[in-house]
Amino acid sequence: MIKQNDTAVQNAHWFAACRVEDVVENGGVCVKYGDEQIALFYFTRRNEWYATQNECPHKKQMALSRGMIGTKNNEPKIACPFHKKTFSLTTGECLSGDECSIKTYPVKVENGNVYIYVE
Amino acid sequence: MKVVVVGNGMVGYKFCEKLIAKKLPDLEIIVFGEEQYPAYDRVHLSDFFNGKNADDLALAPASWYKENGIQLHLGDPVQYIRNSIKLLQTFKGYVLHYDILVMATGSSPFVPRIDGIEKDGVFLYRTVEDLHLIKSYAKKAKRGAVIGGGLLGLEAAKALLDLGIENPDVIEFAPRLMPRQLDEAGAEMLASTLTNIGLNIHTNKNTAKITGDECITGMQFTDGTSLQTDILVVSAGIKPRGELAAECGLETGMNGGIVVNDYMQTSDEFIYAIGECALYNEMIYGLIAPGYEMADVAVHEICRIHSASPVKTKAFTGFDMSTKLKLVGTDVASFGDPFANGDNVRNIILRDTAKGVYKRMNVSADGKYLLGGVLVGDATQYNILLQTCKNKLILPPNPEDMILPARESKKEEGAGIVALPDDALICSCESVNKAAICKAVSEQGCETVDAIKKCTKAGTGCGGCLPMVKDLMVYTMKQQGKYIRNVLCEHFAYSRQELFDLVKLHELKTYDDVLDQLGKGDGCEVCKPAISSILASLWNEMVLKKGNDTSQDSNDRFLGNIQRGGTYSVVPRIPGGEITPEKLIVIGQVAQKYGLYTKITGGQRIDLFGAHVGDLPLIWSELIAAGFESGHAYGKALRTVKSCVGSTWCRFGLQDSVSFAIQVEERYRGLRAPHKIKSAVSGCIRECAEAQSKDFGIIATEKGWNLYVCGNGGSKPQHALLLATDVDSETCIKYIDRFLMFYIRTADPLTRTATWLNKMEGGINYLRNVVVNDSLGMAAQWELEMQGLVDAYVCEWKVAIETPEIRKRFNHFINAPGEKDPTVKFDALRDQKKAANWK
Ligand code: SRM
Ligand SMILES: Cc1cc2nc3c(=O)[nH]c(=O)nc-3n(C[C@H](O)[C@H](O)[C@H](O)COP(=O)(O)OP(=O)(O)OC[C@H]3O[C@@H](n4cnc5c(N)ncnc54)[C@H](O)[C@@H]3O)c2cc1C
Ligand code: SF4
Ligand code: FES
Repeated sequence: MIKQNDTAVQNAHWFAACRVEDVVENGGVCVKYGDEQIALFYFTRRNEWYATQNECPHKKQMALSRGMIGTKNNEPKIACPFHKKTFSLTTGECLSGDECSIKTYPVKVENGNVYIYVE
Repeated sequence: MKVVVVGNGMVGYKFCEKLIAKKLPDLEIIVFGEEQYPAYDRVHLSDFFNGKNADDLALAPASWYKENGIQLHLGDPVQYIRNSIKLLQTFKGYVLHYDILVMATGSSPFVPRIDGIEKDGVFLYRTVEDLHLIKSYAKKAKRGAVIGGGLLGLEAAKALLDLGIENPDVIEFAPRLMPRQLDEAGAEMLASTLTNIGLNIHTNKNTAKITGDECITGMQFTDGTSLQTDILVVSAGIKPRGELAAECGLETGMNGGIVVNDYMQTSDEFIYAIGECALYNEMIYGLIAPGYEMADVAVHEICRIHSASPVKTKAFTGFDMSTKLKLVGTDVASFGDPFANGDNVRNIILRDTAKGVYKRMNVSADGKYLLGGVLVGDATQYNILLQTCKNKLILPPNPEDMILPARESKKEEGAGIVALPDDALICSCESVNKAAICKAVSEQGCETVDAIKKCTKAGTGCGGCLPMVKDLMVYTMKQQGKYIRNVLCEHFAYSRQELFDLVKLHELKTYDDVLDQLGKGDGCEVCKPAISSILASLWNEMVLKKGNDTSQDSNDRFLGNIQRGGTYSVVPRIPGGEITPEKLIVIGQVAQKYGLYTKITGGQRIDLFGAHVGDLPLIWSELIAAGFESGHAYGKALRTVKSCVGSTWCRFGLQDSVSFAIQVEERYRGLRAPHKIKSAVSGCIRECAEAQSKDFGIIATEKGWNLYVCGNGGSKPQHALLLATDVDSETCIKYIDRFLMFYIRTADPLTRTATWLNKMEGGINYLRNVVVNDSLGMAAQWELEMQGLVDAYVCEWKVAIETPEIRKRFNHFINAPGEKDPTVKFDALRDQKKAANWK
């Protein structure tokens, strides 16, 4: 989701992940942030940006960035390439009826740079 | 009580099944059958030529009889009955006492007295044994003929076609085909359709003599004409088998039928007769549904006697002889009084010579009731017409709407089902009415036709009612507010086939274009791969072309199968399984360099596992430089064409199966389809390449190739069925082109060819008609389209490594190119490695 002008809290800050053109249209890429892996999605059709953890909680696979994005009743979601479990990109909640959920991160775009809000 | 059944045919079996269900105490059932096999489905006897055997056709396995306490003696006909002392004796010498005797001896083909009919090469068409004989004799026959242009005769002619006999002759004595079911105009339409697909129809022909020394070589007719033939099947009607009954003094009719009353009792009250041997009201019922009804009546009567109840519970009251058949791929049906005519009858007739369709409705003069009719070429409305006729439903103001082509009358059909009374008989074989089917859906939660079949038995007999069962299911589910339309997902209100046609029509090339023009919303993981597959099948453009890359299934997007841990497998194409030592060495070197686990696959090639996404372009660059190309192991596309070594080395080989496998694999490599497709070529019938378990499989014969289609391994294995025999390589490829294009165009997403065929109305016969006889007139277009796809083929891995924007995508981290995913872990295993277990 595009968040403008968020103020940094303590350690939290906007981390410059990559350029807009680095990210594949209507799909995801994986961003390295220290030891963390973040899946970054450019939902070009809706002109929206999302970021989540890259690890799928189902079998702990580093794979969500390689999944397919889409919507369910207009709610943007990501489907894991392994067993096609789907998660909401806005809330991180599992949409395939499982207990697990994923972490989401705010994203902003400025001057062609993509920033992810990390803590 | 000891019940002895004479005859283990369809009706004899049904009688046992129904009697067992009553769970009567102190009941002993003993069955004698003349044939060697337990009762089998004679109605589908011709499927024998599509690869079914007696076991496949069996109504129940021999063990079923045992489990239900029935003594079954096969190959042991009853020879005489001494009814005064209730005793019988069999061929093998059993002498047995009975309390109740049930004659279910069926009928035998009627054999006209023709000079020379005893010659070799003249056959009947009634039992599995007959078909065995025909099949082996037909191998040396070039020309074939059938006496009899009725239902069975035409089926026999079709069998000759299936056995590879071209243009068999059908000889009918009457002035028209199927004289008992069809009027003149209907029979004429049928004859012209059958002529178009290769039968020679002769009506008004009376055979005088069969010529030849020991074996038949020809036939002479009373009009002085003659023809040559190497095999003849006689199918000129049936003769009820009442000889045993007549010998012990039971009353029989002129043609031998055993006379029965409303309760299926013969002139001896302890002896019953059911099925095709029973003569009721001077009529023999040569169909299965009335036979089953007779079995039911006899069971009711025997239960009554067993419980010594004075109240009769069920009587036979005659039976509707309406029929619907598919003859050589052509619908034929007649119902009610097909011939009704005269002052009190209005005939409505629709005739389309171009389409080969003839429909006739006989309506009462006041326009209120349907009396009967005939359908040739298109019998989609048969069920509703039959129900309207049988239930005396009031016709709509324009009754002709009921026989207009299906499109326009779709609405009426729905309305038609609604109007049926609850007790309308939908499945006459198993007597299941409308209410029972609706209840199975609404109360027992059956939501597939298979579930309804299981629960109610409807549709398990001849299967003719299945379309109506499905309509009733859909209707009941709709009433419960359930969603059933076969649409792709929430973004597309179309089925895959509809989308395929629309995408082609509008020449759409990207996923987004398709979504904008035909769908709504923003897509999902269901419609994206399905549409991508359609686009690939239609245009065969590189799948990762910008705009389509992220709508590919993950495996297609990275041109590799993602494996446990997140690494990929690499499968270079090895057509036909043939590989040079030089290429083997390259595979070894590449695997060594990139630390890959190697394994010979079940598809006769080599899989290299454990490649990091970033290494994929490097690995493929080396493989491609050595002459390899993508094996599409990741795509819903052609996988492997396995081969056996064939005539180049094998002492049994009839043709060069390796060369043909390579040719086939190279033709269809990269072809994308609703699901993966696999093939194999065997050099002889020993079948070392397992071609009969493939989507299309080819087996060499002396003269060329036999082509099998729609086989499957996987969780529900299914043998492929024979599509064409002894074709040359060129024809074989032509048929495969058509077969694949038909499949690609019409299958649902992720449906293998076997499942696709299982859902196809008319099954393999219909498919053969489309592919071999070009009944849809699409063959030329499909061949052209396939050639277009073949010409458009490029190795997608080659394009991927040569196109910087695509190659850039093969990196784990966007902000740290070249760095591997540090979470990927391997364990050691037998000098190689394996993916670490799930965490
Ligand atoms: C590698 C191999 C096993 C082996 O080590 O031998 C294999 C491996 C896989 N098979 Fe297979 N199958 C392999 C031969 C077969 C065969 C045998 C054959 O082709 O002769 C069959 C049965 C024949 C058939 O398909 O009719 C087979 C029936 C399946 C099925 C069940 C298909 C079905 O219709 O029921 C699946 C699941 C699916 O496709 O949905 C499957 C799916 C898979 C997948 C793709 C599962 C996955 O998504 O990871 C495996 C991935 C392999 C990889 O990463 O490369 N594999 N699989 C074989 C590769 C053959 C090749 O060279 O391409
Ligand atoms: C090729 C073909 C296609 C058909 N298609 C259709 C169709 O589409 N629709 C339809 O409704 N009907 C069709 N029929 C007709 C249907 O098969 C018969 O109506 C049905 O099989 C009759 O059942 P039955 O048990 O009375 O006779 P059968 O099935 O003939 O069984 C009688 C059995 O009794 C045995 N027998 C005879 N005498 C003795 C004895 N003395 N002792 C022991 N055993 C004995 C016989 O060997 C036989 O096995 C078709 C028939 C054929 C041959
Ligand atoms: S059988 Fe199952 S486990 Fe084995 S390769 Fe095929 S899909 Fe994988
Ligand atoms: S690992 Fe993601 S769905 Fe199973």
